[in-house]
Amino acid sequence: MTARPLPALEEHRPETGLERYRWPLLFLGLIAVYLLFRHAWPAWATIPPEAWTERLPLPYFVFGEGFLPSLTFPGSNIADWFNAIVTFLREHEIFGLFVFKDFTRWLGGLTVYPLDFAEALVISGFPHRSIKIPFEIPAVPWVAAVGLAAILGYYAAGWRIALLAGGSLAYFALFNLWKPAMTTLSLVLVAAPIAAGIGLGLGILALKYRWLEKALWPILNLMQALPHFGYLIPVVVFVGLAHRSGAIATILFAVPVMAKVTMVALRSVPQEVMEAGVMAGCTPRQMLWSVRIPAARHTLMVGINQVIMLCLAMQVISSFIGARGLGIDLLFRLQNLQLGRALEIGIAIVLMAITLDRLSQALAEKEPEHRPEGPFWVVHPYLTAAGVVFLVGGLLAAFLPEAARLPRAMTISVGRSIDPVIKDVVAALYDPLSFIRDTLPAYVLVPLRDFFKAIPWTVFMALLALAGWRLGGWRMAAVVTLYVVFIVLSSWWTEFMVTTFLVFSAVVICVLFGFPLAVWASRRDSTTRAIAFLCDTFQTFPSFIYLIPCVMLFQVGTVSQLLAIVLYSAIPVVRYTVLGLRGVPQHIIEGAITSGCTPAQILWKVRMPIAVPEIMLGLNQTIMFGLFMVMIAGFIGGNNDLAREIFKAKAQNDAGLALLLALNVAFLGLATDRLIQAWAAERKKQLGLD
Amino acid sequence: MPEPTISCRNVWKLFGDEPEAFLSRHGGDPDNRAIDDGGYIAAVRAATLDVQAGEILVVMGLSGSGKSTLVRCLSRLIEPTGGEIFFEGLDLLKATPKELIELRRHKMGMVFQNFALLPHRTVMQNVAFPLEVQGIDRQSREAKAQEMIELVGLNGRESYYPRELSGGQQQRVGIARSLAVGPDVWFLDEPFSALDPLIRREMQNEFLRLQNMLHKTIVFITHDFDEAIRLADRIAIMKDGVIVQIGTAEELVVNPATDYVRDFTRDVAKGKLLTVARVMAAPLNEANGGLTIKASESVADVAARVIGHEGPVAVVDEAGRAVGSLSRDQVVDVLFAREA
Repeated sequence: MTARPLPALEEHRPETGLERYRWPLLFLGLIAVYLLFRHAWPAWATIPPEAWTERLPLPYFVFGEGFLPSLTFPGSNIADWFNAIVTFLREHEIFGLFVFKDFTRWLGGLTVYPLDFAEALVISGFPHRSIKIPFEIPAVPWVAAVGLAAILGYYAAGWRIALLAGGSLAYFALFNLWKPAMTTLSLVLVAAPIAAGIGLGLGILALKYRWLEKALWPILNLMQALPHFGYLIPVVVFVGLAHRSGAIATILFAVPVMAKVTMVALRSVPQEVMEAGVMAGCTPRQMLWSVRIPAARHTLMVGINQVIMLCLAMQVISSFIGARGLGIDLLFRLQNLQLGRALEIGIAIVLMAITLDRLSQALAEKEPEHRPEGPFWVVHPYLTAAGVVFLVGGLLAAFLPEAARLPRAMTISVGRSIDPVIKDVVAALYDPLSFIRDTLPAYVLVPLRDFFKAIPWTVFMALLALAGWRLGGWRMAAVVTLYVVFIVLSSWWTEFMVTTFLVFSAVVICVLFGFPLAVWASRRDSTTRAIAFLCDTFQTFPSFIYLIPCVMLFQVGTVSQLLAIVLYSAIPVVRYTVLGLRGVPQHIIEGAITSGCTPAQILWKVRMPIAVPEIMLGLNQTIMFGLFMVMIAGFIGGNNDLAREIFKAKAQNDAGLALLLALNVAFLGLATDRLIQAWAAERKKQLGLD
Repeated sequence: MPEPTISCRNVWKLFGDEPEAFLSRHGGDPDNRAIDDGGYIAAVRAATLDVQAGEILVVMGLSGSGKSTLVRCLSRLIEPTGGEIFFEGLDLLKATPKELIELRRHKMGMVFQNFALLPHRTVMQNVAFPLEVQGIDRQSREAKAQEMIELVGLNGRESYYPRELSGGQQQRVGIARSLAVGPDVWFLDEPFSALDPLIRREMQNEFLRLQNMLHKTIVFITHDFDEAIRLADRIAIMKDGVIVQIGTAEELVVNPATDYVRDFTRDVAKGKLLTVARVMAAPLNEANGGLTIKASESVADVAARVIGHEGPVAVVDEAGRAVGSLSRDQVVDVLFAREA
């Protein structure tokens, strides 16, 4: 490489004051212009007029006759447009061959066999629904399942995980949650491999065809930004309201992350390892299966871990569309305010989440070791132990029915008995919390919400476009503007701004509490470890779990919704801040110490400036989490926001509307994501951290 | 001279937009200015060299000199932009992907700087890997791999995984793997650079021991001139993509082609490198005492005798005929690198 000449010196002349502040000045100027002329601001530029959103000059496909659609321009909104496509897909034959809906139902039907098989294995035994066999095989006895889980845990990472895995299964059995818990688990264990397989396949194809990767990337980004209901309701329309729909939605929801991880993992195999494969004389196929995929296995396993966690979160929420399992029990108890039992189910979900997360992580990190030589039980101690446990459990169950399935009388559900206790606690807290429940909305939230509702779409768009221009030139400005144009034309502007207000408020609260906590925690090794552990653990909880304490403390309403969003989305900002502050290279810290910095100076003058890009990425995640949670927390909220509309759309099976509302949320997320990522990337480059 | 095993003619590797078109626009020989103006980076420029059967050719250069790119052109891991490469008489750049796979499965072996072992495979499975991809059955490939493992002295570690081994041991696995198919040509890309100095020394000896048994045709890449001197039959020095000079270590020291080569060779311990024949003066008219030294001995080996002797010493060839003389001053010049 020839050395590039240094840039000419005049390029580095110091900026004058005006140049330095031109962007802040532009932003303030824009706001000033609006404030000066706000009385003269035309109505159409404030809230998109109905004439725009209800009589859209969009090409409206009429699929009445034949295959070729004719283009017409009747009065319609985007939701109608989506629904026209949905109706077409539901009712018309594609290429005269099959009806799309039948095709999707058939696909959904395919998942029934593995689902039934898994359920038969752990719950009912064979024969089971779709699996007919002439003789009976009982399900795996719960005592054997507990033992097998513990052995798997011990094999993966020692006795702690063994205790966690075995203990979780024992909890399900003892608290009479065996059936719903195993239903949830079997759906996750069926959906996760399918999602991972599809994602891996997409990733491999994208590696082969560059154009596919280019086309796939924005689609995957959009899918990842789409809130859960954006999947659930269309799936209901195409597959139906059933357990298997939950499986399909869960698979769809988890595919994008695996596809993305696969693309990144396969491309980041060290060049030398690839060359070693080529020099060994590998064919392209051997390169992929014998070199690339095995060499990338650690990153791929991280993807599988994420797939499993997304599957669990989605399966819990799929209870809204008829998926059986822990989620639907929890939904039912929450609706009936049986908070004691809800708490028990919540703990079961949390235990399952932590177990699945730690177990899959430990298996991912497990390095192969050379085996000792000797007889079978020395070479394969875990397999031998599993066989023994299986046999003993089976024998035990044959003579002792309680070992096969714990009878109800022997389970120890305390839900009913702690219900009064919870009621007492809630009652005791009612008055102390009234300040937050009543004062906060009256003096802060309602005025802030009205402020957001008053922001004209033109100003909102201009601010985002200006930010886009600053960070990514006219291209990013154009993309961000297009996102807002779509939202403007969706006819849900006011609801959109209420959602924006909720997420904004939640993010502000997250930062107000999370940031100081993170800074405090980052000062000592022990607190850093503790906070990192808590973040890792809380992050595995399915979002739905966070509704339980909110309903307990604040019943239903804005404060409850806001608290749920805050609880769920505070994790990234805390986590990234701690890791960012701690991740400053040691030699830089040593340089600061030898320069004579006090600990406070090291924090504020050295660690903080270097950590800021990382912290911003955490903030970005917090916003994305907030946008997901604002929709789910709509279940316990009371605002006229997008969440309420999507629950209405769900009640009416209006897939087009649900998709439109979900896209509104997704586009807001994508816009902020692009802006913040661009800023952080630029800043990291300036600091030489990339 | 016999047909060289590898013959590389005017090979170019340019990075940039449509480099082939750029190269042919400039008649296959663009100058530095055109390359800079076009925004291209020339990793290898007009490289021409021959590798003879059984010789160790060391390509020496600092990082960014293009030496790694050159060896990847020779093995066609990288597609050269222009030029010709003949491998045992075969036009390598015209070989089809299928032919290349066959060639690599039987004729080439390569060792990498960071070992490039497959982390999910044991030592045995790594060494057997090139045989496995050929579809050789398990028993014969493991027998062959076992032979290679014993050759590099790793017996007993067959079932270990790479991360359970030290760096030196890992590179032994890399060497065993590259030799498993019994290649004619052995490419080594800075194989010992990632190892610490003591281990490096040990591995160099190991390498020489193997070559004494195997007599491969070797292209060895290094940035370490001392390593080059220890191992090379001939050394090619590269700078900015250009092969500046090719020759034996002695030739480089005595007749450096450019200041760059001279800078490199300045601090070399010349006494061990130079033979008496290289530095001796004209034969003496009359014998000076009974002492004679052989022309083929290294200066360092004769130094003590010459310095302890009064006046110049007669130099004789293998047959005992007087061919020159060596004085105390000449020895001191060589040993202490005094410019003549």
